[in-house]
This record gives sequence, structure tokens and C-alpha cells, in this order.
Amino acid sequence: MFDSLSTKLQKVFRHLKGYGKLTEQNIQDALREVRLALLEADVHYKVAKDFIAKVAERAVGQEVMRSLTPGQQVIKIVHESLTELMGGTAMPLDLSGKPPQGIMLVGLQGSGKTTTAGKLARHLSKSGRKPCLIPADVYRPAAIDQLITLGRQLNIPVYAASSRDKPEEIAASAAAFAKESQSDVMLVDTAGRLHIDTELMDELKRLKNILHPKEILLVADAMTGQDAVQVAGAFHDAVGLTGVILTKLDGDARGGAALSIKAVTGCPIKFVGVGEKLDALEVFHPDRMSSRILGMGDVLSIIEKA
Amino acid sequence: AKSRERLADRVDRLVLGKKHIDAELIEDLEEILVTADLGVHTTQFLLDRVREKVKRKELQDPERLRQALREEMEAILSVQAPPMDPSRAKPFVIMMIGVNGVGKTTTIGKLAHRFRQDGLTPMLVAADTFRAAAAEQLERWAERIQVPIVRQQSGADPSAVVFDALDAAMARHVDVVLIDTAGRMHTKVNLMEELKKLHRVIRRKLPEAPHEILLVLDATTGQNAVNQARLFQDALGITGLILTKLDGTAKGGVIVPICQELRLPVRYIGLGEALDDLRPFDAAAFARAVL
Ligand SMILES: Nc1nc2c(ncn2[C@@H]2O[C@H](COP(=O)(O)OP(=O)(O)OP(=O)(O)O)[C@@H](O)[C@H]2O)c(=O)[nH]1
Ligand SMILES: Nc1nc2c(ncn2[C@@H]2O[C@H](COP(=O)(O)OP(=O)(O)OP(=O)(O)O)[C@@H](O)[C@H]2O)c(=O)[nH]1
Ligand SMILES: [Mg+2]
Ligand SMILES: [Mg+2]
Repeated sequence: MFDSLSTKLQKVFRHLKGYGKLTEQNIQDALREVRLALLEADVHYKVAKDFIAKVAERAVGQEVMRSLTPGQQVIKIVHESLTELMGGTAMPLDLSGKPPQGIMLVGLQGSGKTTTAGKLARHLSKSGRKPCLIPADVYRPAAIDQLITLGRQLNIPVYAASSRDKPEEIAASAAAFAKESQSDVMLVDTAGRLHIDTELMDELKRLKNILHPKEILLVADAMTGQDAVQVAGAFHDAVGLTGVILTKLDGDARGGAALSIKAVTGCPIKFVGVGEKLDALEVFHPDRMSSRILGMGDVLSIIEKA
Repeated sequence: AKSRERLADRVDRLVLGKKHIDAELIEDLEEILVTADLGVHTTQFLLDRVREKVKRKELQDPERLRQALREEMEAILSVQAPPMDPSRAKPFVIMMIGVNGVGKTTTIGKLAHRFRQDGLTPMLVAADTFRAAAAEQLERWAERIQVPIVRQQSGADPSAVVFDALDAAMARHVDVVLIDTAGRMHTKVNLMEELKKLHRVIRRKLPEAPHEILLVLDATTGQNAVNQARLFQDALGITGLILTKLDGTAKGGVIVPICQELRLPVRYIGLGEALDDLRPFDAAAFARAVL
């Protein structure tokens, strides 16, 4: 995979032996290949276009380091720009203030919210917090059972909601339950919903107003295609996201959705899900993500060697 | 949908003001196809076909351009395959497979509901013994449509569940057996092996079964769905596809490269979370929704 982009770039630069600086034209040719690689990785069409335009500006006129081929130099610039765009360094959760603080997980159906609630509960309790789980999904069959099962596996308190309750009622009882169970963080699992479902999006706004969560995290599937911008944009407009968790990165998806989501929301990606088990949660590393999107696992070592 | 419509309107406007098909128009079409998740290669393939037609003067009128593209897409999606016919065997065994969270369990509920409406007796089998409350989820569906379900404790061997279920299905003269499997990444070798084992167990019990192996794909998924289809196909051999979550704004265009490469028929599409939100696939309607 690395080979394909790098081979293509080598071809583009074959006639450039001995060049001192990258010119506008050869940058354009190279970036055409990079653009295709981004599209193949599911980066949104417009996001890819804007990104390429910015990189072109940055690349023209730069010295080609003697030890690098121009192709690698372009990859390096692209990689750095991608990494910067995705946030540079990892961003932790903000749970400052008077406990209990709320974290609300939102997203499309099946993106991994409930599982991620369990993973975050485990993560927080490992780092000395006392989380509890609040099931506010009364629609999906057995969604509450699912969260209760995860809570039992982790030995973490779960509010015993019923699917006959209203999500707003559950949210209203959350703080009291947190106090009662001596928890300092409430992890609120919400039902999967489409970003165009105005009724359910309004419900999310009401839940936010009841809970005043410190963090509202979009849980998004790393396999998402071009629609990621639409989805993330709509959730952000509706509730004001504070961060993103990208799930299912244990597969072989290139994960271009990460760039699209970051570009439309500006929100940091805080964690990634890398498996179904509750310990399969990692801090997000923008540089690794850029390598992955470009389809080159070991780009860093290649650039470092150069 | 909004930005796509705006884009489509733009193409309409372009087309209306134009006497000839030019590069600008082709680029706008590229944007429509790529943002519908058709992928770079299939988009190029379709646009090349159109360019050729323009060159050969078979296509000159910009207004015909969209129609021509739709027809190309429809041709790819109209895969010739025997229909899914549950009267072919008794019990008719269907295995539902796919990566995590695409809609396997929900689709089983919807499909069983369809069979019931056709006067058949379906039975659900909870062979996802791994995910928290997966069997309970299927049980809720079984209650909702009032069909029998076979399940065991969480953590049980899925092969054992299926083995017992097939016995039960034969004893009870059930018409259709719908097997719900755990979501799994196509790249995880051990989980794919587990699926193959499940498949072998079914074969041992009923040599003609499973009669259908349906791969469920989420319309929101981008190019990774191609790899999913390839690897599930390699492992088991798929008889058809089901594309879920088409009620959102994603177009599900990735089935075009999949149908082009693997020649698999799309059986149904999912359009929501309710019982009757499952429709037979219509290639022409799908192409119209993309373009
Ligand atoms: N491989 C893998 N599977 C994951 C990951 N995160 C979640 N899953 C799986 O994805 C599927 C859906 O996860 P859920 O947590 O039920 O998703 P959800 O967003 O709560 O779904 P709804 O409540 O129906 O909207 C399950 O099979 C999970 O085990 C991950 O990081 N990797
Ligand atoms: N909007 C919409 N949601 C759907 C559709 N099909 C399934 N869902 C939802 O997607 C989520 C996941 O569906 P499941 O049926 O649990 O998916 P699964 O493939 O069985 O998931 P795992 O067993 O965890 O791998 C649920 O919230 C479903 O209600 C559909 O066609 N449209
Ligand atoms: Mg859930
Ligand atoms: Mg399931």
C-alpha cells in the first residue's frame, strides 16, 4: 500500500533528478496522486480538495532535502499537514469541576456507543475515577440489557432504567443515582439515531439540557464513507460536540472519515476503539492516523531514516 | 442529501446551458459519484465509458449524460442470479453474516416478518453468543413477530447452538431457519475460522444448506465494504447482499464496485428500524437515487 503511493510518486518525479526545488507543476502532478489516495481512504471529496490546495501552497518552493527523493519529501509534507489537521497531539477528556460530571455518547445506529460506554467506564476506573453507566436508549431491543451486562462484567454501577421510561426521565434521575452509588462520572449511553431524524435529534438536545454534560462525544465508525461530513456536521450543529471517538479501527479501514469529521467539526478525536472487548480502547494518535489514511504503516520510520 | 441535491441541481443547470459534454461537466459528475461512495476506480470506469461514447458520437446531448450513467450503473447492479426461493428446501437455511453493527440482527427480524407474511414459519437462531445481550436482542424480535427462537447461554459455542437449532427446526417442520451470527471484522482470522466451522456444522447436518449466505453491508460504509465482501466471499462464498441504513443520507454507492468485482446480487435494502423497513432491491431506483 505504501508502495503504491510511493511508487506512483516516484514515477511522477522520475524526470526530476537533480532538481533543487519543487515547482508548482510537479507538485500538482504529485498531489493528484495523493488526492486519489485520500479519496480511496474515504476522505470526503471536498475535504480532500481543500487539503490538497493547502498542501500545494505549503510545498511549492520548499527545498528538497538532499537525502530525500522528491516523492518522499511530498509525502513528508502531506503527512505533517494531515497530522496537524487532526490535532497534532492527543487530547484528554475534560472532567474538571464539581462531580458528578457527565459524558454523553451520541451517534448513528451501530457505531459502537454502548460498547464504548463500557470501555470508557473501564478506562476511567483504571485512572482512579468512579464512573457509573446510564442507559438512555429505550428504543433498540435489549439496549439496556446490553449496558447492564457490560456494567456487571466491569463491576461498575448501572442505573436500572426500564425501556418503558422516557430518556428524559432517565437523564433526570442520573445525578441522584451517581450520588447514591458514589460515582463521580456519569457515562450516558444514548440511542443510535440518524442525523436527519429531527424528532430524535431534538431529544438529544433535551437530554443535553437536563444533563449539562461536560463532554458530548460523537462515536463514529472508522469505516464510514463520504457521508461522515454530513453526519458529524449535523450532530455538531444540534448538540455541540466536544470530541470524537473513532471505533472499529481494528479492521483494515483506512479511516479517512477521521479527517472529514475533524475538518467539519473542528473537534478533537480523543480515543479510538480497536476491538470488541472492553480493554480495546486507545488514546488517539494523529500521526499514526495520517500514516494509516495515506496507506503507509511505516511512513514515519521511512521519513526518519531519510 | 442536501449537498447531493445541490450538486445534482448544479449538474442540471450545467447540462441545460450546454450543447456539448465538456471537462467541467465530467468533473461535477465525478464529484457526485465519489461522494456517493462509488470509489475512485468505479467512478473512473463509468466516466471513461461515457467519454468513449462521446468520442464515438453515440452521446452528444448533455441531457442524455445522466441517463447514460444511470444505465451503466444499473447494468453493473443487475447481477444475474437465481432468486432467493425458500420453497426450494425445507427447512430453508439462511446465514446472516457481516462486520460489527451493520444490522444483521435487525435484518433477521425484518426478514422473518416478511416470511411470516408470506405464510411461512420462520425460526430464529441466536448464534451470536459473544456480544453483550445479543441473544436478548434477537429474543425481543422473536417476541415482536411471534416466531420461535433457539438460544443458549451467553458464551456458549455457536456451533452447538446451530446444531441443536437445526434438529429443532426439522422436528418442528419449520420452513425457514434464520441464523444470526456475531459481528466480526473480516480481517480477524480466528473469528473467520469460527464462522467457517459454523458453516461446516450446518453442512454436516443438512448437506444442501445453508441455502443462502447473506452478507449485510451498512450503506454508511465507504470503500472498506469492498474488502469486507472480498474476504467474507473467500471464507464462505456469499449468495447475496443486503444493504442497510439507506434511510439516512448515505447513498451506499460502494455496492457498485462490489457488484462489478464479485458479481453478487443485492437481495434487499434496509430503510429503517421498524419491522417492515425491508424492501427488495431495485437497481434502476438505486441508480436514480445516486445520480
Ligand atoms: N471490531 C470492533 N467492534 C466494535 C468496536 N466497538 C464496537 N464494536 C462492535 O460494534 C457493534 C455495535 O456496537 P454497539 O456498542 O452495540 O453500538 P451502538 O452504537 O451502541 O449501537 P446502537 O445502540 O444500536 O445504535 C457490536 O458488535 C460491538 O461489539 C471496535 O472498536 N472494534
Ligand atoms: N436507520 C436504520 N437503522 C438500522 C437499519 N438496520 C439496522 N439498524 C440499526 O442499526 C443498529 C445495529 O443493528 P443490529 O441489527 O444490532 O446490527 P448487527 O449487525 O446485528 O450488530 P452486531 O451483532 O453487534 O454485529 C441498531 O440500532 C438497529 O436498529 C436500517 O436499515 N436503518
Ligand atoms: Mg447502543
Ligand atoms: Mg447482531
